[in-house]
Amino acid sequence: MSMDAVFKALSDPSRRQLLDRLHDHNGQTLNDLCSGLEMTRQAVTKHLAILEAANLVATRKQGREKLHFINPVPINDIAERWIGKFERGRLKALAELKRNLEREEP
Amino acid sequence: MSSTYVYVTYIRTAPENLWQALTSPEFQKQYWFGMHQESSWQAGADWKLCFSDGRVADAGKVLEIDPPRRLVLEWKNQFRPEMKEEGPTRCIYELEPVDDAVKLTITHTSPREKSKVIEAVSGGWPKVLSSLKSLLETGRPMPAIHKPA
Repeated sequence: MSMDAVFKALSDPSRRQLLDRLHDHNGQTLNDLCSGLEMTRQAVTKHLAILEAANLVATRKQGREKLHFINPVPINDIAERWIGKFERGRLKALAELKRNLEREEP
Repeated sequence: MSSTYVYVTYIRTAPENLWQALTSPEFQKQYWFGMHQESSWQAGADWKLCFSDGRVADAGKVLEIDPPRRLVLEWKNQFRPEMKEEGPTRCIYELEPVDDAVKLTITHTSPREKSKVIEAVSGGWPKVLSSLKSLLETGRPMPAIHKPA
């Protein structure tokens, strides 16, 4: 499950739109996802396959229906890898500030 | 209409190692922001998720257990009245070997539409799973900078 696949999947506005729709309403069938979209059913199917291969979409069978869910874990992995590092720096700075302030107390 | 979220991560480890990480309190404390779970891990046994100070966050029962493949927990919020009154949710862990990794799927479901519990845990699960993956693959958890809701 490569990060390249995640970025590639996210690079397409139609695929981001599908993720937004799943975020608004999780657990949709292909028919649900196609309704109200400009895309053809074939295009939606193709985009969903790319999203699923990148682990951004997970599917589950429910009776005879296949439901699609947004999987936020790979995006969180990306956030942790870059944004998390900034927060760590900020926390370290705060810890140092606290240590310095406390040292100055009588 | 129910509420369901599905979380999937691939972790380069053996199913037995992942199972141990999921069920051992000492392991959990390293990736679950200091929280840990208590249970005898047998079908029908009580189960609880505790804050680092010992307060119970969520509790329920072990509904199904099949190491190292499948674990189903009844999951009831214990510390927020508006969520506690929603009653039980269900959390399913599924482990499936894929090449040199394990596919971990967590399905958290409530019979209620727009469940507050499912919404609340949706902020925590991705962070817990990223940290678990980091711990098993590199030996280092993510720093506990994000406190769960």
